[in-house]
Amino acid sequence: MHELGLAVEIVEIVTRRAAGARIRRVVVEVGVLTAVLPDALSFCFSLASDGTEAAEAALEILRPSARVRCHACGADSEQTSVFACCPCGATDLEWLSGSEFKISAMEVI
Amino acid sequence: MCASCGCSEIVHSHGDLEHSHAGTLEHSHEHGGAVHTHEPAAARELRLEHDLLESNRLAAAQNRGLFEARGILCLNFVSSPGSGKTTLLERTIRDLGQHLTFAVIQGDQATARDAERVRRAGARAIQLNTGTICHLDAAMVARAVSELDVASGSILAIENVGNLVCPALFDLGEHARVVVASVPEGSDKPVKYPYIFRSADLVLVNKMDLGPYVDFELEAFTGYVRSLNRKATLLPVSATSGQGIDDWYRWLHEHWRQHGVPSAGGPTRTESASR
Repeated sequence: MHELGLAVEIVEIVTRRAAGARIRRVVVEVGVLTAVLPDALSFCFSLASDGTEAAEAALEILRPSARVRCHACGADSEQTSVFACCPCGATDLEWLSGSEFKISAMEVI
Repeated sequence: MCASCGCSEIVHSHGDLEHSHAGTLEHSHEHGGAVHTHEPAAARELRLEHDLLESNRLAAAQNRGLFEARGILCLNFVSSPGSGKTTLLERTIRDLGQHLTFAVIQGDQATARDAERVRRAGARAIQLNTGTICHLDAAMVARAVSELDVASGSILAIENVGNLVCPALFDLGEHARVVVASVPEGSDKPVKYPYIFRSADLVLVNKMDLGPYVDFELEAFTGYVRSLNRKATLLPVSATSGQGIDDWYRWLHEHWRQHGVPSAGGPTRTESASR
């Protein structure tokens, strides 16, 4: 359950940035290869934000697709799972992205 | 909050006036004759682009720099609880301890049992009790390394908390990630825990001596690892019977020769030994 520590960190960062303003929405990006469970992160965020300016904030978790390059046919493709497969059928792939884990934006009021 | 004057709620007082607003009424207050509207404050979007793994990545990079400078080969052992990591380390330390110096960071929720076991085998060891935390991070390793005072030219084995989920996310600054799986866990373990197997540099399949008693297909297991990770070396071993153990020792020696030497600028091993 490493998501609790991560949720606490998210709350610390957004409340510091909000500087007293009420936070309405927090947008987090979790890549295909990032070992973070969105449901667990949402649950932990609601616990971690309790009593802070982010208490009523909605946590929006985006799952951007990852780009891979196929070593067999050379083509690039978009992947949405860690079990990736090139449209040509090969699984020998180089991951060009997918390890994102960031707070991309927040909305304050 | 009112966007214009900063007053807090729909019902409020300005000096000695108390009143309520319904919706967005325009009116004047007796405070300098100002005219303004009480519309709901507009939400502002702030771009952050804050990388949540950055602090761990920086701590891991510092660890890696220290390992390179002091010529320490650092391996991060990850597995489920009970895969035989500690038994494998004990045997390795006993078998190779005459030629190689081992230091061990033991991560467990509780007790110092595993650190005591590897100490008895001949390694310097420190036990980290993580309590409710399910993984080690780079900052914990940095503190342990400084306390343990790992000698130049050593092999530092970090035995992570027994868990195939959480440690996948945290780079500790290791040179290689060693995932230990064991035969009784079943052939399909890699696809059930894809993140950790994807990130492995070496997969040790331990308890091969139990092969005849349990339902385990090495070929199927290898296929599952390959569906996620084409690069990892895969070695079947048994820490108790010694099956395949020499292949593991060869891998270890090869990596130690590569990393277990202080980087240029520091004293070489021969010079240190002659002092």
